[in-house]
Amino acid sequence: MSSLGKVVRSGIGRRRVQTVVILLSAFMAVTAAVLGGSLLVASTAPFDKAFAEQHGAHLSVLIDAARATQTQSAATAEISGVSESSGPYAVVTAAPELGPGSSGPAGIALRPLTIAGRDEPSQGVDRVSILDGRWATGPGEIVLTEGPAIGSTLVFADRPGKPSFTVVGRARSVSRTADAWVTPPAITALEPTGYQMLYRLSASALASDVDTVRSAVTAALPADTVLGSQSWLTTKQAADRTTALFVPFLIAFGLLGLVMAVLSVGSVIAGAVGAGTYRIGVLKALGFTPAQVVRAYLAQALIPAGLGIGLGVVAGNLLTIPVLRSASDVYETTPSGVAPWVDIVVVSAAVAVVTATAWAASWRAGRLRTVDALAVGRTPAAGRGRLAAALSARLPLPRPVSLGLAQPFARPARMIAMVATVVFGTAAVALAVGLAASLGRVEVTRSHDSAGVMVDGSSPPGSGPGTGSGPASGSGPRRPGPPDPLNENGPEPATVLAAIASQPGTEAAYGIAEVPAAIAGLSGTIDLLGFTDDPSWAGFELTEGRWFHGTGEALAPTPLLTATAAKIGDTITVVLDDQRVPIRIVGEVFSTENDGLQLFTDLRTLTAVQPKLKPREYRVAVADGVDLDGYITALDKAMEPFGLNAQPNPGGHSDVLVALNTLTGLLTVLLVAVAALGVLNAVVLQTRERVRELGVHKAMGMTPRQAIMVVLSSVVLIGLIGGVLGVPAGMALHSVMVPAMGDTAGVRLPQMVLDVWGPVLLVLLGLGGIVIAVAGALLPAGWAARIRTATALRTE
Amino acid sequence: MPVIELNGVSRRYDEGPPALDDVTLTVAAGEAIAVLGPSGSGKSTLLNLIAGLDRPDAGTVTVAGVRLDGLGEAASARYRRAHVGMIFQFFNLLDDLTVTDNVVLPALLAGMSRADAHRRCASLLESLGLARHAKAYPGRLSGGQRQRVAVARALMNRPTLLLADEPTGALDSASGDDVRKLLADLNAEGQTLVLVTHDETLAARCATRTLRLVDGHVMGTPTGAVASKTPASEAVVSEVDR
Repeated sequence: MSSLGKVVRSGIGRRRVQTVVILLSAFMAVTAAVLGGSLLVASTAPFDKAFAEQHGAHLSVLIDAARATQTQSAATAEISGVSESSGPYAVVTAAPELGPGSSGPAGIALRPLTIAGRDEPSQGVDRVSILDGRWATGPGEIVLTEGPAIGSTLVFADRPGKPSFTVVGRARSVSRTADAWVTPPAITALEPTGYQMLYRLSASALASDVDTVRSAVTAALPADTVLGSQSWLTTKQAADRTTALFVPFLIAFGLLGLVMAVLSVGSVIAGAVGAGTYRIGVLKALGFTPAQVVRAYLAQALIPAGLGIGLGVVAGNLLTIPVLRSASDVYETTPSGVAPWVDIVVVSAAVAVVTATAWAASWRAGRLRTVDALAVGRTPAAGRGRLAAALSARLPLPRPVSLGLAQPFARPARMIAMVATVVFGTAAVALAVGLAASLGRVEVTRSHDSAGVMVDGSSPPGSGPGTGSGPASGSGPRRPGPPDPLNENGPEPATVLAAIASQPGTEAAYGIAEVPAAIAGLSGTIDLLGFTDDPSWAGFELTEGRWFHGTGEALAPTPLLTATAAKIGDTITVVLDDQRVPIRIVGEVFSTENDGLQLFTDLRTLTAVQPKLKPREYRVAVADGVDLDGYITALDKAMEPFGLNAQPNPGGHSDVLVALNTLTGLLTVLLVAVAALGVLNAVVLQTRERVRELGVHKAMGMTPRQAIMVVLSSVVLIGLIGGVLGVPAGMALHSVMVPAMGDTAGVRLPQMVLDVWGPVLLVLLGLGGIVIAVAGALLPAGWAARIRTATALRTE
Repeated sequence: MPVIELNGVSRRYDEGPPALDDVTLTVAAGEAIAVLGPSGSGKSTLLNLIAGLDRPDAGTVTVAGVRLDGLGEAASARYRRAHVGMIFQFFNLLDDLTVTDNVVLPALLAGMSRADAHRRCASLLESLGLARHAKAYPGRLSGGQRQRVAVARALMNRPTLLLADEPTGALDSASGDDVRKLLADLNAEGQTLVLVTHDETLAARCATRTLRLVDGHVMGTPTGAVASKTPASEAVVSEVDR
């Protein structure tokens, strides 16, 4: 082996701690970078990517099975403009009940599901991704997009024989063509009413292309057989709106991960080479040229770093799988894999950073005069840290603590790097906590979570969308409208509310009537929501203004105000049933339902024009301490005479929120680990440099516990400063990011979404900097405690 | 009862010859023992064992009634606080602490109050002629002054014995004389001393008894001491009685 090889080998082998730290830093940094890079890639047009990967349906059409045959439906695949098609799949919309042994009380009515009979999920148009469990393969099995857990039973009590199905899997269709799938033979038990055809277009699939094909399909079939259709552009618009809400968050975390990766690796390598200055002096004294010194230290850095980079790529790719799955839940798309070019870029960048840092540090040391290298490497520069040592000695603290507090000041550059590392780690934690709190509040206001119970009718198939959570409630082709749009045959609201109020445990309730209407001067329709009572307790958040007091007043979400160019105090004209109703805007409310095209008003404003209008849904708040399941069971029974059902309000348990919080937690843990590793490296270097001093202390009678106190105290101030600086940085990022998320989604977020920082939370987050720093210092503190005094005194 | 008692003590590093081989030794209170010998003879090892900085592979070490060979790190640290003052060849003062802060360090580690520690420190510095350097940093002092600071630090906790490892090894002759006189005066006042040194003059001036170590064996038969049981130890080696 050459002399250079021996130097490299001994440098790696004898300085095991340093070698391991370099390896671990590179490993963690590359893992974080692969994750961060993958998130950034996944956040770029996620719907479009998923749609292309899953062979999404540009157009889906629902055909009336009573008026067109299966053959006639299949023949529409030959229409000009269609490049590929799947179907016809038998479909039906039915409302199941929860069966026995399920995750929830049996007998509870669930939302209507659009169910398709499909035997193969991964071929043809609109390839369905299985997220959990498996595809249905036999009778009595069903796969859902969301809802009851795998293993639950769904009973379709309104079908002959009351067929029941066991949930065997959870899947997602990027085109949202169905809520559930069963096998083609199994769907006959549900008495399917339609055929679903899925088309991919050969053209660019613009709105005009979709309209052209839709018209051609309608013309090719017997008259009045097309019950409804759905364009991919509608789904894309809704998905993009959801994506827009969350992209800034994921991009921020992705960037944080990349920055911390560079900081971590750079400081570790620079510190490792810097600590070897004395050894470099010895090598030069023996006859090594500066170029040989640089090559030796480059190799000493690149060998463990290279191993760490390789392991980091593997770990990053493995970790990215659940992270991208969570991201796909957030974006409501299907999971994508790691783009290979992300790995290539990260590896190249990591090698470049290691090489550049090691080269710069070793070139600098190699250029030193030999005698200076020998001297610099033995002792820190005279005078550094003396003021801090003198001041700390005066503090009324145990001497080991005051000794430790002064230590970082002897190496200012290293101290600054440690503080920066802790700042980033603390900022990441603060941002994550703030975002989780803000997004939690967003979900509460979107889903009116304060209303614990929802009461509505057992809707017949095709009765129209309800006010569910999520930007695109319901799946499958949209139907032309419910047969009783005003619910005039429904029960009298006063009677229903009286029955609800008489139920023990009821705290408050209101009814909602929803009816489409037009705004004078605006194309399309909006949803008019008429409330029987004050709904302000239910989680709706005012952005500005006040709630309506009586008739003729309304609140509007930001998108409607933007579309009508109206502001608070203005009067807009609503066209309901050909009658013009002037309504004054008194407040702006946060809502993303129907893309924010809604008006919230007193029901009497609407019944003055349309007396037959009645609420289709009721929301109920349950008193504290009341057993929710028991209450719902009792209320459900009390609602039977009205033809209504009681069920838990699904809001506030959004899969999106769960996925986002999971993602946030995972990313934050990774970033904190990188920060702690940065501190670990610096403290290892610091402790090794001071090992002889440690020996002197121990010779004077310092116990192992006191030695631990010295090391841990040396990072407390760094952690405190890092926390004090990092928390405001995280808050600043939060204050920029959250409104940006609202802006890109076209909504103005209420202040309560932004005001998440209580004093206790701030203090705890600030202390988090100390926790990160102490966590990084634990291992070297243990080593300092364990090292034998004689060994320490002998160390040069 | 002897202050220091070693019985059959051996210590070996790695696979080479033992640094100490079956050494038995006693030191009475008030004695000043000089341990002489060439490099690698085991002098520093002997000192480390007496100081509780290291543990023997065989035999027992008892100092001031405390069995050292079985102590853990925490217990040996507490033993040193109570019974041992150490003086090193290269002083081992902490460069970023003032003279005063260096001297009071052992007392504060032992839990003495800050006020008491500073009072004792001032008294020691005064008696050692260092009072005007109390706020100076060690880097500004001469070798002899630094070693006197080290002596002051070693005396802070009123140790049962003072251990000095080549205390004049890094000093010029004038400073060396200064330190020799200091150590002699301390012993005259009753301080028990164990000196490891190459300096024959120091041994002659300070020691009441001299031991020679050769390849880990104590040579000769100092008063009250028993030589290690090897054929080499049968040779008569000079000893110096004061």
